[in-house]
Amino acid sequence: MAATEQTIKQVNTLGDTDYKYGFSTELDEIRPPKGLNEDIIKFISAQKDEPEWMLDWRLNAFKVFNKLPKPEWAKLNIPEIDYQDCYYYSIPKSLKDKPKSLDEIDPEIIKTYEKLGIPLKEQKMLSGIAVDAVFDSVSVATTYKKQLSDLGIVFCSISEAVKTHPDLVKKYLGSVIPVSDHSFAALNSAVFTDGSFIYIPEGVRCPVELSTYFRINAMNTGQFERTLIIADKDSYVSYLEGCTAPMRDENQLHAANVELVALDNAEIKYSTVQNWYPGDKEGKGGIYNFVTKRGACRGKNSKISWTQVETGSAITWKYPSCILQGDNSKGEFYSVAITNNMQQADTGTKMIHIGKNTSSKIISKGISAGKANNTYRGLVNILSKAKNARNFTQCDSLLIGNKCGAHTVPYIESSNSDSMVEHEATTSKINEDQLFYCQQRGLNSEDAVGLIVNGFCKEVLQHLPMEFAVEAQKLVAISLEGSVG
Amino acid sequence: MLEIKNLHVSIEEKKIIKGLNLSINKGEVHALMGPNGSGKSTLSYVLSGKDKYEIDDGTIEYNEKNLLELDVDERANEGLFLAFQYPMEIPGVQTSFFLKTAINSKRKYLGHSEMDALEFAKLMKSKAEELNINNEMLKRDLNVNYSGGEKKKQEILQMSMLSPKMAILDETDSGLDIDALRIVSEGVNKLRSKENSFLVITHYQRLLNYIKPDFVHIIADGRIVKSGDYSLALELEEKGYEEISKSA
Ligand SMILES: Nc1ncnc2c1ncn2[C@@H]1O[C@H](COP(=O)(O)OP(=O)(O)OP(=O)(O)O)[C@@H](O)[C@H]1O
Ligand SMILES: [Mg+2]
Repeated sequence: MAATEQTIKQVNTLGDTDYKYGFSTELDEIRPPKGLNEDIIKFISAQKDEPEWMLDWRLNAFKVFNKLPKPEWAKLNIPEIDYQDCYYYSIPKSLKDKPKSLDEIDPEIIKTYEKLGIPLKEQKMLSGIAVDAVFDSVSVATTYKKQLSDLGIVFCSISEAVKTHPDLVKKYLGSVIPVSDHSFAALNSAVFTDGSFIYIPEGVRCPVELSTYFRINAMNTGQFERTLIIADKDSYVSYLEGCTAPMRDENQLHAANVELVALDNAEIKYSTVQNWYPGDKEGKGGIYNFVTKRGACRGKNSKISWTQVETGSAITWKYPSCILQGDNSKGEFYSVAITNNMQQADTGTKMIHIGKNTSSKIISKGISAGKANNTYRGLVNILSKAKNARNFTQCDSLLIGNKCGAHTVPYIESSNSDSMVEHEATTSKINEDQLFYCQQRGLNSEDAVGLIVNGFCKEVLQHLPMEFAVEAQKLVAISLEGSVG
Repeated sequence: MLEIKNLHVSIEEKKIIKGLNLSINKGEVHALMGPNGSGKSTLSYVLSGKDKYEIDDGTIEYNEKNLLELDVDERANEGLFLAFQYPMEIPGVQTSFFLKTAINSKRKYLGHSEMDALEFAKLMKSKAEELNINNEMLKRDLNVNYSGGEKKKQEILQMSMLSPKMAILDETDSGLDIDALRIVSEGVNKLRSKENSFLVITHYQRLLNYIKPDFVHIIADGRIVKSGDYSLALELEEKGYEEISKSA
């Protein structure tokens, strides 16, 4: 069974009991007021029953945040974000603003979810009944708890890890993405609410795919997950992340930080299928997805591989990166980014070559439809000690219609003469004759587009774990609906 | 089955088909021959519903329906099949997956459930074997790096798997070697029945030795200038288009 499916199933069972029994106690809780200040941070920390060092860490991050300038947006049209007009912590709503009933959700979105194979129960949660924490890694941790702990694998929420594995958290949190990296990194560090924590001990190959299914539920709430994955020497882990969000008129902020650390000979495979709510056809609503994902290949022969399928969000700003410190370490980035209607995506990767014989590979497929804009922005930086470094980059863009845009912005910096950097880029329009051919074989126009685009993305999709790939293919097709004809 | 009356078609203001009449009954095989640029492929595209073609006049009736009102995929799912003169390559899409998608699209249209994976595999295997298409080929991306002849065979494989009511073969014989020509013709002949009709577009009388047509039509400058039986193809072989058109 697909890991995400399993997650959903698990959550459904939980949701059921929660809804009937456990839920009411939580309904009594109060949501702190809007706004960003020290009190809110203290509130979050207290809610989570955090040790003092954690609170101090957060408060320090907040100080840093206040000093940092806002990131500069190239190619993206981003309205001013009012940090004070946002909730930073959300718990189930009071009975008074009880979430909309299932019937009130736009049938379009229900259809979408049905197509995705997410059952009705799931939609019930969509309407705001579910708690973030419910989704937080619960399923896999429950399903495989025994098997995983027998191997010494830690897979839990980051809040839990702060308490149960403080040494690991202290050592690695913020070690890949320094608090001062940029303003969203600092913001996340100050107010992060939850996320996953994974530790794979030396010599262990994690036997199952670990998976988390993120969603944003409550209105006006920013979501700030924090994920930390550590693969100790000679270990291996594959992690899947699925994201969805309900439809809301207003924009919501999502600023996650994800840090990966791979020690000697370790390998981390990180896959994402991101389908946050993209806003409606006119560009109203949708998630602002400003995510910082960075992996450090600290050990020799270590490897980190990012695979992402980005179909959702109003604005995506995301550059999963690899810092190739260990000699012979490898970084990979496989990306499909689809933008339709008014969506904007600026995504790519950074490969920082520091160690000797380090290599990186970038395969990016950007698809734009409607009036959307899609930019690949990538940096390959080869430092002077990175003897014999190698990079291969391939960026292909596909345009559907005449009103969308695709841009490729590769930065290559090399301070080493024996390094080798290759870059290939193509831009093409979807081929009308191919569409006609498929339709002549009985496919309707949407299925035809889905098929052709999936073919275009194959090189990336085949890097997803099997079960995930099928879902991703469906998602690719669904996200382009209405883009032709 | 198919009734074309006084068809006038233009593309980008240029008149290509100029008053064409053609009637094909159930179970009949019609051959359409004519010089380069006379409008044969255009006719096949118009019948299958490709856009950008302007229908200036005339009607096309297909199985008691107004064909011109149906979308491309509706026509296909109603049993109209076009074997392309130049089949398209679809990178990243495995041939077998494409076949399955096509079959299931039709089944969905007809209100049937998806074909069971095993049943599909069996069907594909037996049809591919008949056409001497090996299994490796079916795992490759559709038509990508296929040779010219292999592409044509692939069209016939798709046809035999979809078993259309009305198949249009646009120069399927061009590019086939002698053995392939025989194999492909056998494939077509297997599909021949009282229920199914064919419109076979070709430049070569040789194909018609294998696929015996009931009628032969000669098209010139967007009009059918002469119709007859198989002997017309032989006559054409002897005299050439110019003389035949003159005598018409
Ligand atoms: N998009 C187009 N724009 C302008 N002229 C076109 C277009 N498509 C086709 N034509 C013209 O229409 C005429 C008929 O073309 P068509 O492809 O139907 O010929 P054909 O009979 O199939 O020829 P052949 O035997 O060479 O395959 C040709 O003169 C061709 O140049
Ligand atoms: Mg032609």
